[in-house]
Amino acid sequence: MTVNSMGRARAEGRGMLEIKNLTVSIENKVILDNLSLTVNAGEVAAIMGPNGSGKSTLAYVLAGKPAYEVVSGEILLDGNNLLELEPNERALNGLFLAFQYPTEIPGVAAMTFLKAALNAQRRARGESDLTTPDFMRRVRESAQALKIDQEMLRRPLNVGFSGGEKKRFEVLQMALLTPRLSVLDETDSGLDIDALRVVAEGVNALRDSKRAFVVITHYQRLLDYIKPDVVHVMAKGRIVATGGPELALELERNGYRDYAEEAA
Amino acid sequence: MAIVTTRRRLRDSPMTAHVVSRSAAERTLSRQFAERERREPSSARAAAFARFAAAGLPTRRVEAWHYTDLRAAMADASPILATPKRADIEAARSVLAKRERFAAGAQIVLLGGQFIAALSDRLPTGVVIAEGSAVVPNAVDDPLAALNEALSPPGCTIKVARGAKVAEPIMIVHLTTAPSSHSVYSRTTIAFDVEAQASFVEIFDGAHAGVQRHAATIMTLADGARATHVAVLGDEPGLHIETQICEVAETAKLAAFGLVSGGEVTRRQIFVRMAGVEAKLSLGGLALIDGARRADTTLQVVHAAPGGTSREFYRAIVDDDAVGVFQGKIIVEKAAQKTDGAMKSQAILLSPRAQMNEKPELEIFADDVVCGHGATVASLDPEQVFYLQSRGISNNDAKAMLLEAFGGESIDRIESELLAGPLRARLAAWLETRKAKT
Repeated sequence: MTVNSMGRARAEGRGMLEIKNLTVSIENKVILDNLSLTVNAGEVAAIMGPNGSGKSTLAYVLAGKPAYEVVSGEILLDGNNLLELEPNERALNGLFLAFQYPTEIPGVAAMTFLKAALNAQRRARGESDLTTPDFMRRVRESAQALKIDQEMLRRPLNVGFSGGEKKRFEVLQMALLTPRLSVLDETDSGLDIDALRVVAEGVNALRDSKRAFVVITHYQRLLDYIKPDVVHVMAKGRIVATGGPELALELERNGYRDYAEEAA
Repeated sequence: MAIVTTRRRLRDSPMTAHVVSRSAAERTLSRQFAERERREPSSARAAAFARFAAAGLPTRRVEAWHYTDLRAAMADASPILATPKRADIEAARSVLAKRERFAAGAQIVLLGGQFIAALSDRLPTGVVIAEGSAVVPNAVDDPLAALNEALSPPGCTIKVARGAKVAEPIMIVHLTTAPSSHSVYSRTTIAFDVEAQASFVEIFDGAHAGVQRHAATIMTLADGARATHVAVLGDEPGLHIETQICEVAETAKLAAFGLVSGGEVTRRQIFVRMAGVEAKLSLGGLALIDGARRADTTLQVVHAAPGGTSREFYRAIVDDDAVGVFQGKIIVEKAAQKTDGAMKSQAILLSPRAQMNEKPELEIFADDVVCGHGATVASLDPEQVFYLQSRGISNNDAKAMLLEAFGGESIDRIESELLAGPLRARLAAWLETRKAKT
């Protein structure tokens, strides 16, 4: 059986990410309902749940997207209150969100953007800007590993990228920015099996004892490639079950119906 | 109560409108013209002034000037300065020496609207300059174009010879250095002979809030000519009225661009007549408007011959309490079958008080044409700002990146990197200044 414990059972000791009793609404509709979750350093935590359970909202609220109203609760990353920080400050504190639908930005070349992002983070750490050759080398290496065409990097950011290209470009950014906590919001959606493998390898290459990952997914498939340490089930804006990797397999067999009813 | 008041006002207003007497500015302009006539009478100029006087300074009631009420904006006409003397020319020389040139290439200098050979470079082979400006090929029906013709000094005519291919751009610097309030009129003709190719950059420099500028540029393109023209308005005149009158002959191609980043009240009005078969036109511009500025760009493109292509692509970034105007009218005459026209104007508003007025219009009298127009006014996309911020880029830097991209796309349409590069640098500098403000 699974540990059905609202996730709080794991909160012994201090997690890298601690979400405590978070309630979030948008246009007066409650999306996250008193949600608590702890993610420890070195951990890959999968969050699974049916459509509309609030998974993407959780990802956006972590990253600081405007328009969501945090009614109550707190989010601590390494003890820092994320909710007091601007989205860019959260990124500078080691948070990264791989978007489910990366935003297209006409007129901004992908390379220009990558350089601005890398240098913003370097400056925040008191490091000097990367030289152009150094920057190019890093991008080339990461791009090769993710099978990203150089030609794609010359295009405007995410404009005209296929679904798979957008996702790979998200993972490329993650590889270059080396965040402490990566939140992957349905990175598997719209990917064929080869692209899925490439993306998963990119994530796995970053795994170490100091980093953590929150992998949000609807399907178990991604978790064949990115093996989670812990699986959380989300329904109706809260974590309704927490268990090991076997929980994902159980969900694959039985669907979300049991949990959806439990939250009701 | 309120309704009654409104009705009474409506009943009264038409009466008062018809008995409006001449404004102080109009009276001063009449006096200035009379003095000019005493010194050097000219029937052409007198006819031009008569056209101006019949219309007067345009108000909101004049459709083409609806968003720029010049009668209200011009409390009076500032004095016209005397022809520059040697001391003025030497002072201008030292001002110019401190300026970084827009691009490599020969420079022509007009001081207070007068061509000054002593300050100008030798022109490349195939290009000559002479004093005096040509008669307008197709007189445009506009009071300020007429006023310029009536009051401008003789100006200069630049000729690009038949078949000449001039690689480096030629800069025309409109400099004014007088510290007092004054008006400056200039009139520049650029005539491209058959299959001539050259690019020109007109740079307006040195004006302060007390300057009223009236500049006219007349461009004629003979068959097969290819002309590129860039206007750069970066100084701070109180009033800038710039009129371009262009005529494009068979298979000739004109590409013109205007960057506006200064001036209290600015109006760029561009009249193009596509006179020859398969003439091509690309008009573009970028207006960076902040503070309490008003910047108006008004186009009138007439397709008078078959097979012409015209593209108009304008962008504006409007901040603070500034007001932007874009009016574009494409007229396709009956003879101009197979015309292909597309006009687009897009603006981003950065403040809740910023305004943009967009008025694209098509008047089509031919039946076999492809013409379209589009206009958008929007804020920066918060999704885009958030995406950039989520990677560690600050809100200010993210906005600057998006604005640089937005403005840059208008500059991208200029084929020559020699011209596009310095324009991008000016956009970047404007954005840096803006970032420092916020």
